[in-house]
Amino acid sequence: MVLERGENPGSKNVFGGILYSTVLNRLIPNFWEKAPIERHVKGIQIFLISDKNAVSIGVESEEHNKPPYNNSFIITRNKFDKWYANQAEEAGAFIIPNTVVDDLIWENGKVVGVKARGGDGELYADAVIVAEGVNSLLTGKAGLRRDYEPRQVALGMKEVIELPKEVIEERFHLNGREGVEYKYIAGDATKGIWGGGNIYTNLESLSVVTWVGLKPLMEQNIKATELLEHFKNHPFVRNYIKGGKTIEYQAHLAPDGGYDSTPKYFTNGLLVVGDAARFLNASVHYEGTNFAMASGEAAAKTIMEAKKKNDFTANTLSYYQKLLSGSFVMKDLKRYRKMNRFAEANPEFFGPYFDVITQMAVDFFTVNELPKRTAEFQMLKRFRSGLKQFYSSELGAKYNHNWFTRTFARICPLMRFMWQSLKGALAFI
Amino acid sequence: MKIDDKLALNLFHVDSEAHIKVDKEKCRKCPHKVCTRVCPVENYTLEGDELVFAWEGCLECGTCNIACDQGAITWDYPRGGHGICFRF
Ligand SMILES: Cc1cc2nc3c(=O)[nH]c(=O)nc-3n(C[C@H](O)[C@H](O)[C@H](O)COP(=O)(O)OP(=O)(O)OC[C@H]3O[C@@H](n4cnc5c(N)ncnc54)[C@H](O)[C@@H]3O)c2cc1C
Ligand code: SF4
Ligand code: SF4
Repeated sequence: MVLERGENPGSKNVFGGILYSTVLNRLIPNFWEKAPIERHVKGIQIFLISDKNAVSIGVESEEHNKPPYNNSFIITRNKFDKWYANQAEEAGAFIIPNTVVDDLIWENGKVVGVKARGGDGELYADAVIVAEGVNSLLTGKAGLRRDYEPRQVALGMKEVIELPKEVIEERFHLNGREGVEYKYIAGDATKGIWGGGNIYTNLESLSVVTWVGLKPLMEQNIKATELLEHFKNHPFVRNYIKGGKTIEYQAHLAPDGGYDSTPKYFTNGLLVVGDAARFLNASVHYEGTNFAMASGEAAAKTIMEAKKKNDFTANTLSYYQKLLSGSFVMKDLKRYRKMNRFAEANPEFFGPYFDVITQMAVDFFTVNELPKRTAEFQMLKRFRSGLKQFYSSELGAKYNHNWFTRTFARICPLMRFMWQSLKGALAFI
Repeated sequence: MKIDDKLALNLFHVDSEAHIKVDKEKCRKCPHKVCTRVCPVENYTLEGDELVFAWEGCLECGTCNIACDQGAITWDYPRGGHGICFRF
């Protein structure tokens, strides 16, 4: 039995654009032949942008145009989630929409059911799976987690922008059902705030997203709503969406903070899956959907085991933890743990450094009559002075608040930059 | 594009009662009024020094609840089937 607060599953849900589908394809082989898919993802284009310069790198493959399409499909949630819920119903699930779960019912230290809002809506069960997404009010009430702090979430805002199919295909060089993601990493896409921007090609519209860490957003004197407008009007974005008509505006939180912010995700009679358990890889591989489905699958397997023994205590349900530890869910969360900490501690990588890096790339390709060696030397000099300027600024002093680092950075800006980059690379490995 | 124009495109089944309660007493003493910047639909605005909250355009994201550190917000979802209904 599934309780859903929206009028149908999907009506409350927001994401960027790509459904990662390794788990889904195991559950419903060749699902793309039946599911409401917008386009498969043949490639991705990554942009680093400042206010006036851009560097981009694209990765695409003919292999991605063949089944299983690199397990990446652009979808919109209402259409897809509705279809997926129907598949669950056909397999025997019973879905009750328009129903908010307000609390869990506990008996002798075990979860035995849920309280639905209104009337006497109490439902009892052998086990409860909490799949309530990022706000996870129920895990909070159950005391499985501490209050979330702003640094543990990111705010995403999205517009669905309608454009004729042919325009999208011509503009993004697509044939048939091919699709792409344009991914802008922080920089001027988010006015230097940790986050990013994205464009996903739907069949007859674009999903245009900006997302930022809530903590860094709160620290800047910027309104969230200005950020999406800034992104849409950016010189390296506006031409892609030109002539489009916005047809919906969405916003949602996403878990940030990775492994370190996962709550207690099982207890007597209870399992927590997906965003509610903060299972999401918030790195350059922004995978939430696959993590949600993989944890859902592991939860189902666990409950089937428990049913055999007719024992739903934490002891038996710990099988869930074992399954997750053996899968990409926990392995990736652990792997990116250091990366998340690094990103939080080194915000200059997402703003000021982009200015100097993109400028260096532009300088490298500047055409003039200087001998190339001289031009390259000047490029490095300008890179160094750009760094120095940042380290001497108010922001630079804020980010390098320790006296020693600050002085060192001002005297040897290149060394400071290289040392930090090395630390970043090590965190990534 | 103005936020009101964006919200006019969305489908809402507005509940008659607010699902988010704001304790204005606490807002009066709040030094930062950060909710007025982080809410993605600008539901929190200032009229003079007074905080004004409207719930109708709420997208139920939860941002205000996490951003407010003064304990002024009692946050919940609207009744089942009410509130925002995303179509895409
Ligand atoms: C802006 C943004 C962009 C993203 N982009 C991507 C992307 O491109 N690719 C990707 O893989 N991931 C992406 N993600 C992450 C992805 O959306 C999530 O990881 C995924 O949706 C998690 O699924 P879930 O089922 O755990 O939670 P959700 O999708 O949030 O579903 C939770 C469900 O529970 C219901 N619910 C909640 N509380 C209650 C209650 N009390 N009673 C009844 N029902 C309730 C909700 O209505 C909802 O249907 C993005 C997230 C955001 C915010
Ligand atoms: S941040 Fe909280 S206390 Fe401050 S004005 Fe907003 S709701 Fe009120
Ligand atoms: S939940 Fe989100 S949209 Fe609603 S009032 Fe709070 S911040 Fe604004």
